[in-house]
Amino acid sequence: MSDTPIERVAKATPPTVARRIRGLSDRTIAWLFVAPTIFLLLAINIFPLIWTVNLSFTNFRANRPNKEVEYVGLQNYERILTDGDIWLTMQATAHFLFWTLFFQVLIGFTLAWLINRKFRGNDLWTTIIVLPMMLSPAVVGNFWTFLYQPQIGLFNYVVEFFTGIPASSFQMIGDVALAPWSIVIVDTWMWTPFVMLICLAGLRSIPDYIYEAAAIDRASKWRQFWTITIPMVLPFLMLAVLFRGIENFKMFDLVVQLTGGGPGSVTELTSINLKREAFEKWRTGYASAYAIILFVTVFGLASIYVKALNKVKER
Amino acid sequence: MKTKGLLAATTVVAMSGFAVTGAQAEDLTLCWAAWDPANALVELSKEYEAKSGNTMHFEFVPWPNFADRMLNELNSGGKLCDLLIGDSQWIGGGAENGHYVRLNDFFDAEGISMDDFAPATVYAYSTWPKGTPNYYALPAMGDANGWFYRRDWFENPEIMAAYKEATGQDLREPETQKELLQIAQFFQGREIDGQTRYGAAIFTERGSEGITMGATGALYTFGFKYENTPGSYDMAGAVNSPEAVEGLEFYKEFYKTATPPGYTDSYMEQGLDAFKSGQVAMAMNWFAFFPGLYADPDTGGDKIGFFPNPGQNVEASTLGGQGISVVSYSDHKEAALDYIKWFAQPEVQAKWWALGGYSCHNSVLNDPGFKDSQPFAADFLSAMGHVQDFWQEPAYAELLLAMQKRLHDYVVADQGTAQEALDLLIEDWTETFEDEGKL
Amino acid sequence: MSGYSITEPSLRQKWVAGTLVVAYALITILPLIWILTTGFKSPTDAISYPPKVIFEPSLEGYVNLFTTRTRVSPEALAALPPPATWYEEIVRNRDMVIAGPSRYGERFLNSIIIGFGSTFLSIFLGTLAAYAFSRFKVPLKDDLLFFILSTRMMPPIAVAIPIFLMFRTLGLSDTHLGMILLYTAVNISLAVWLLKGFIDEIPREYEEAALIDGYTRFQAFRKVVLPQAATGIASTAIFCLIFAWNEYAFAVLLTSGTAQTAPPFIPTIIGVGGQDWPAVAAGATLFLLPVMIFTILLRKHLLRGITFGAVRK
Repeated sequence: MSDTPIERVAKATPPTVARRIRGLSDRTIAWLFVAPTIFLLLAINIFPLIWTVNLSFTNFRANRPNKEVEYVGLQNYERILTDGDIWLTMQATAHFLFWTLFFQVLIGFTLAWLINRKFRGNDLWTTIIVLPMMLSPAVVGNFWTFLYQPQIGLFNYVVEFFTGIPASSFQMIGDVALAPWSIVIVDTWMWTPFVMLICLAGLRSIPDYIYEAAAIDRASKWRQFWTITIPMVLPFLMLAVLFRGIENFKMFDLVVQLTGGGPGSVTELTSINLKREAFEKWRTGYASAYAIILFVTVFGLASIYVKALNKVKER
Repeated sequence: MKTKGLLAATTVVAMSGFAVTGAQAEDLTLCWAAWDPANALVELSKEYEAKSGNTMHFEFVPWPNFADRMLNELNSGGKLCDLLIGDSQWIGGGAENGHYVRLNDFFDAEGISMDDFAPATVYAYSTWPKGTPNYYALPAMGDANGWFYRRDWFENPEIMAAYKEATGQDLREPETQKELLQIAQFFQGREIDGQTRYGAAIFTERGSEGITMGATGALYTFGFKYENTPGSYDMAGAVNSPEAVEGLEFYKEFYKTATPPGYTDSYMEQGLDAFKSGQVAMAMNWFAFFPGLYADPDTGGDKIGFFPNPGQNVEASTLGGQGISVVSYSDHKEAALDYIKWFAQPEVQAKWWALGGYSCHNSVLNDPGFKDSQPFAADFLSAMGHVQDFWQEPAYAELLLAMQKRLHDYVVADQGTAQEALDLLIEDWTETFEDEGKL
Repeated sequence: MSGYSITEPSLRQKWVAGTLVVAYALITILPLIWILTTGFKSPTDAISYPPKVIFEPSLEGYVNLFTTRTRVSPEALAALPPPATWYEEIVRNRDMVIAGPSRYGERFLNSIIIGFGSTFLSIFLGTLAAYAFSRFKVPLKDDLLFFILSTRMMPPIAVAIPIFLMFRTLGLSDTHLGMILLYTAVNISLAVWLLKGFIDEIPREYEEAALIDGYTRFQAFRKVVLPQAATGIASTAIFCLIFAWNEYAFAVLLTSGTAQTAPPFIPTIIGVGGQDWPAVAAGATLFLLPVMIFTILLRKHLLRGITFGAVRK
């Protein structure tokens, strides 16, 4: 790295200014270095957040610039919390969250445990398994609609191959009962490697001598697994659940491309619902209140969870 | 960036009166949906480019994303489009929120008269408030939802005999909605040439406007109305009248008993695919696609026939189509108006029809040869005679989203009854109109 | 095998584990292989039943990806001069002619400009901030660090509401600059957290030695810390790049024509009548391939990147 950004700036800096920079105290440098980042975050994150809070008390609509904006107090919040349709989207989100986390933890941990058997070539296969998680969810999700087509889609065909259920007899994304599972399957396919990688790190962090000591005490393999492996990996697993939980609560791109919230509204997750309110119905004030409620929910749940995580870590 | 600055400078010069309108070569961008007629418009516009020296660029967005992206563009005050061929329902928002330029002065100055265009199209595509002489668009593309069928199957003696045996009637172009369903049910699951065929492809799409555009085809003919008295927003008894409920139940029965499996989220493209791949005997779709369907080497020509939406209690067709508007945020408004002036000429309109666009100009439609110019031309005229459109209110998107949800929940996702769906729809719409201060 | 070990799994165990993992890997990679192969299928092969595994390769998907085409009548087609290029020939075989290039190239270029622009900015600002957080006593350090992280908890759609209004007011809607600033703001939390971890790992003694040798703090940062952190900076940069590359929600809401990136564009690729799956697959292949290569290059730092540096190993 001969030409780092910093060096380029330094080269371009006139000598007098450069001399001044050199003479700066640590304290000034610290502020100088942190300030641009903080400024950017204030401008593009905090200021908009405050603006959103303000909007959430109004009946403002971004597509009606000529209409007078009125403050309506807590009316937006009241409407959201008493709206039955929004509770349905919350249920859809909860279903999605629970089952994706369940499968990802189950499969991810199993895979990590298997890979930790250190068979030959495990590095190569790990890298292959990891690939889906790095790809663009929108692009991949869009292609999955093709894989899910009855008859011509690969997914239905593979199901037919293994189970004998005819490929044209069911449709994953069009069927009210199957659609919620179709999004769980794709998300699990994409993100199991994430949980796997973190569990693998956890497994590898357990020193051999603990197992050796247990073996000397004649603890069975089963017992070793439950008294050593699981407790030692738990903090890692919880961290993985935290990350996946936050990400899937925010889930938008993958599901929008897969089902668009349909059929009916059975896969309409909160982010998709919010997008409809904010950018299709253009009820900006209402959607702002909705956004604040979501933010408080994630933030609150995450804070409680982090406290629990820290307790587990301390043990 | 450089060219942009240069263009801005050009506009300033043009506006300050140094240059004559249209004399300066400019880059114009026209936005529309990506479909067959758009390709015809590209072809047509080559003539304009040669004549004016302006360069035309096109931004065509696929239908499922069209409304979303273009309304977003307008609401963000974007300068991407100078000219926009926007859907008929956008006119209210386009006018009230200042997205579209009001064209009255321009029409007067250039001698363009709205009397030269078919009244139904002027009403639907150009005016806001509805029916007043305030024009925000020039009717560009007339359109309605119609039907087409496999003429080769309908005229196959074996199939005709089987139909007669099954129903006691002759197989023909249906004249009522119920006859349409009967024919579709007859073809559903039938083996023809060694393959299983299905009744008809209908609109069931959830994401944009599909299921609403499809279901209203049935609803209007059964007697569904938006209001008891136009302009009063009194929807109870109109939206959920017994006839409307029957119409919606009819559409669900159609979906459940006479459409190919897996068409749970199908709109224009899927319907065309189903027909072209020989899966279905009939399909609904916009007249805009008919020239392309007729030209199709596999299922076009003498294998295809067309008919307008059959009536039931009343005659009605769902309106499609668009007017062409000038976007008020554009830096090239003068040139954009120049394009509209060119487009409005009778000769250009005649060529537009010849290339596959549906002209709304009287000189084209009233031409004695028009009805025979294409096998679907007469059907188009009869459909346009009794078209009905969705709400064109500024809050149209919100109204449409509610209807999409309620219809899809009932028809495809099997939730509740038709009565409940329409009652809920009135609740949603009432809420919207209350927010708007109209109720 | 040298001697018996309690912790070393037996050969049989390894064999079973290996088989299961390989089986999972093969299933998991199948959709990706399907994207790759569909790109080389003809439209008919792509939608054949049952799905075709062996097929005659065709470049039609790639030709359709980069061109727009119009259908012409057989008479008009016959009147045209013979096709000059191989791709024109492919199009002609479908009774169509090439009307011009498609928008894919532009969208791909937008992805590159916005991806690299925002990555450069995030790394530049992030390195400075991370160094300060790592080496100096910054007041409210932990709070600031948590604040930086918490900006990632908002659903993008929620953030997009005020950003949309702000960009509209400032004229940043659908501009490259607007998207670069936005992605920088999103990425900077990742950059600061990751880079702080990398810089923490560089022993302070190196800098202290340099300071004693008469270097100023700034010189020490430039000449000692930066070269040491080079690998960390590079892998952080790749993570930022991948995020910006894959991002969809902001792109679909805040761009339309000028600055639209590839992810919102690829799903809207349609052919003449019906979704053109080979073209979509071709577009997806070209778009996903760089990320796959980066992932393989990055595999050692992967865990660190995806957990904001929380898990290091």
